[in-house]
Amino acid sequence: MKNKGEVKFWNGSIAIAEGAIAAGCRFFAGYPITPASDIAEYMALRLPQEDGVFIQMEDEIASIAALIGASWGGAKAMTSTSGPGFSLMQENIGLAAATETPLVIAEVQRAGPSTGMPTLVGQGDVMQARWGSHGDYETIVISPSSPQESFDLVIRAFNLAELYRVPVIFLTDECVAHMYERVVVPPKEEIEVVERLKPNVPPEEYMPFKPINDIAPMATAGMGYRVHVTGLTHNEKGYPMTTSPEVQEWMVRHICDKIRRNEPKIRDIEEYRMEDAEIAIVAFGITARAAKAAVKMARRHRIKAGLIRLKTIWPFPEPYFDNIADSVKKILVAEINYGQVKLEVERSVHGKTSVELIPKFGGEPHKPFEIYEKIKEVKNGN
Amino acid sequence: MEINATQHPMDKYLRADRIPHIWCPGCGLGIVLNAFLHAIEELKIDLDKLAVVSGIGCTGRIAGYINTDSYHTTHGRAIPFATGLKLANPEMKVVVISGDGDLFAIGGNHFIHAARRNIDITVIGVNNYNYGMTGGQLGPTTPLGARTTTTPYGNIEHPFNLCHVAHAAGAVYVARWTVLHAVRLKNSIKEALNKKGFSFIEVIAACPTTFGRRNKMPDALDEMRFYREHSVIKHGIDPAEANIEMGKEIVVGKFVDIEKPTFNDAVEELKRKVKKK
Repeated sequence: MKNKGEVKFWNGSIAIAEGAIAAGCRFFAGYPITPASDIAEYMALRLPQEDGVFIQMEDEIASIAALIGASWGGAKAMTSTSGPGFSLMQENIGLAAATETPLVIAEVQRAGPSTGMPTLVGQGDVMQARWGSHGDYETIVISPSSPQESFDLVIRAFNLAELYRVPVIFLTDECVAHMYERVVVPPKEEIEVVERLKPNVPPEEYMPFKPINDIAPMATAGMGYRVHVTGLTHNEKGYPMTTSPEVQEWMVRHICDKIRRNEPKIRDIEEYRMEDAEIAIVAFGITARAAKAAVKMARRHRIKAGLIRLKTIWPFPEPYFDNIADSVKKILVAEINYGQVKLEVERSVHGKTSVELIPKFGGEPHKPFEIYEKIKEVKNGN
Repeated sequence: MEINATQHPMDKYLRADRIPHIWCPGCGLGIVLNAFLHAIEELKIDLDKLAVVSGIGCTGRIAGYINTDSYHTTHGRAIPFATGLKLANPEMKVVVISGDGDLFAIGGNHFIHAARRNIDITVIGVNNYNYGMTGGQLGPTTPLGARTTTTPYGNIEHPFNLCHVAHAAGAVYVARWTVLHAVRLKNSIKEALNKKGFSFIEVIAACPTTFGRRNKMPDALDEMRFYREHSVIKHGIDPAEANIEMGKEIVVGKFVDIEKPTFNDAVEELKRKVKKK
């Protein structure tokens, strides 16, 4: 546990908002939705104090569009939403990915599908966070398990958004967002904040979408570079090239590969008791806490269980799981849905070990003993 | 073949390497673009501090031709994009140029709310009565009875009166011109650009290719002739009385010019107040 810094008693939502401000976020546009409204309300209170702008838009489509505009205006920008609102944002998430616009979406998952159970927890938006918009693109998706991590990791979310010029989805859940816990806020000078890479060449030499080491420096509005930004397939200059197969291939490869290639650097996984584990539990968000308790129970009963906690879900750490599959006999994936991360784990282990889902329905998190029972069942079946 | 052309005085406002444009012969958009560029020139607006935002469609392509920071966004979302841009970077002059379908059908909700908030942007809405780029379908401004590719028996929907919508939603400046009124249009754009708050100009534009030829005006000149014979200037009229009907007179002019605090001003005021504490 961190000790250096100011101790706060915050819930996950406040921690996200404060983390965002610490990361330099000065623009927030959002639309009310349970259980994500707390973040917007807190930002409405805090941003004017920090010389920032809060605006409540007419819907989630407008919110994400305003974010993209604000980001091109030079600001670090965030919105918050939950499943239904996140669905409405998908077209413009594609625009952000195609135009390589840094921004952060805090998504507080509730039980779906459709309007579902607005006040109750879910983890069913994992695939939407990766595949929700049309066409080929990549996003980065981060999942916190506590208010402390909500603070720490949302800063990382902003940093990754700037570093890779990509929309980052901060995929939390109703439980973590509403849970109050001790949060240690480090002194300002100890917080690592990544600033946007700006061009340093004269305008006539500047190619707004030509990557230098994966990423093109970004000239925002008013810098004198007179950039054209479009969601159409565009070349390195940013000009539409809507019938060129070569440009389409270059652009799609670029916006995907800049993330795929850097997966090991983006990857953030916590292992617990994995050193000699035969049964690995994979979990994220609130579920990882129940899974950790279940691993402790199993260990008390001399069952060699361990936890793999995903703090980044996308890009999916495929090589990691391919590797882990060589050392464990069984992988159990616990998630509050009917099987999403499980599919990715299964794909990544290439048949070397069996993967089973511990789903959860009903809008509540797994209880530790439910996961433990499954561990026991698997152990006895061996 | 090499073409030796001397430089046009307006070249500096255009991305010359993006010309020729995609618009059809007889399209009214060239006149709109021309009026806009002349307005910028006469106001001596710093191109580095001007952002043009557009949505999708024929008009949506305007942003790509102007030599300034320009943003071609998703269908209907130019206004919320511009809202974010203006709030994050208040030094920029932000102009949205988009079509009737983009601004008033798929993006209608954003238009009314930006006008209600009095976001400090100028919106130039080009109304050609149909969805040109997709092949001439019914739009939110298609007059009753007009033929489009999705109203083969004539339009049975009531159209929006865009100036009335803008006025009712709270715009501080509302004007309408046709592309025949090129100079008045340019002057109106200048006024709108100088206006603080949400200003709106509707430009009735010829679309001979996908609208005119299905409505007995197959040539752009037919439409221009119609504007000359049927448009009536009525400054200051209640825009509610300026409905557009097939074959009837088109009321043009400056309908609204009022003062109201902008959202941007309110944000700055709020920041000052909150910081004092």
